[in-house]
Amino acid sequence: MTMKASTRQVDGVTIVDLSGRITLGEGSVILRDTVRDLIGKGNKKILLNLGDVNYIDSSGIGELVSAFTTVRNQGGDLKLLKLTKKVHDLLQITKLYTVFDVKDDEAAAVKAFGR
Amino acid sequence: MASECSLGSEESLTVAMSRNRVSYTLESTLETVNSAEATASQMATEAGFDDDDVMKISMAVREAAVNAVLHGNAYDPSKKVTLAFERTGRDLVITIRDQGKGIDLTAIPDPLAPENLLKTSGRGIFLIRSFMDEVEIHPSQAGTEIKLIKHVHGSAAGGKEASQ
Repeated sequence: MTMKASTRQVDGVTIVDLSGRITLGEGSVILRDTVRDLIGKGNKKILLNLGDVNYIDSSGIGELVSAFTTVRNQGGDLKLLKLTKKVHDLLQITKLYTVFDVKDDEAAAVKAFGR
Repeated sequence: MASECSLGSEESLTVAMSRNRVSYTLESTLETVNSAEATASQMATEAGFDDDDVMKISMAVREAAVNAVLHGNAYDPSKKVTLAFERTGRDLVITIRDQGKGIDLTAIPDPLAPENLLKTSGRGIFLIRSFMDEVEIHPSQAGTEIKLIKHVHGSAAGGKEASQ
């Protein structure tokens, strides 16, 4: 039920593996704190792996948008990796699918950040 | 015949049940939001909706409950949230009422407008309208009541037409 987040580095890109639900409360807070912590440590290439995120509510969507704009405002880039069908559909109907750079393949996603 | 029963959770204040209708009066907490979502999922499943519709209904109820707890009652412990689930012949009807100031529908911007796409809030009502077949919102000075309707057999046009 609750969300978990773990980070790893691949070729200069910080991959955040998320699992569970990104919803109002704990899930949104964990995502917010994780991204803020990464930015604070100078990690500006962030790939959010949503492959194991099976549910996002409007607060979670807002948190994804917040993470995206925060990273961009710091001169970095944030991409999304491996959307589940539910999350994909949600980003489609909210027109955010075209805002985020969404990738299906991790290696290609890392490469897309450039150097 | 109405009867009392326990929801099995601490936040439940009162529960009223009849054969096709169950209502709860709950505290203005996050637990209420989760409880509303879980109950909606159970009721929708029992009504025969498929997995996709169950998800849509439970998410719409979650969003409405968030609005009631967060925006309506503003977590005020003296204010309660009332939830009612009703099965009619062709509909599942969920009514959620808060005791806030009443939502100002004219103040809700279109979340799909280009200038609003990167806003971090304001998508709840839009998602509710997207996922349900019919949505009625009745704000008043005594609070806001929102009625969510999903046709059991899905004969009417999908809720996405309600979105803008």
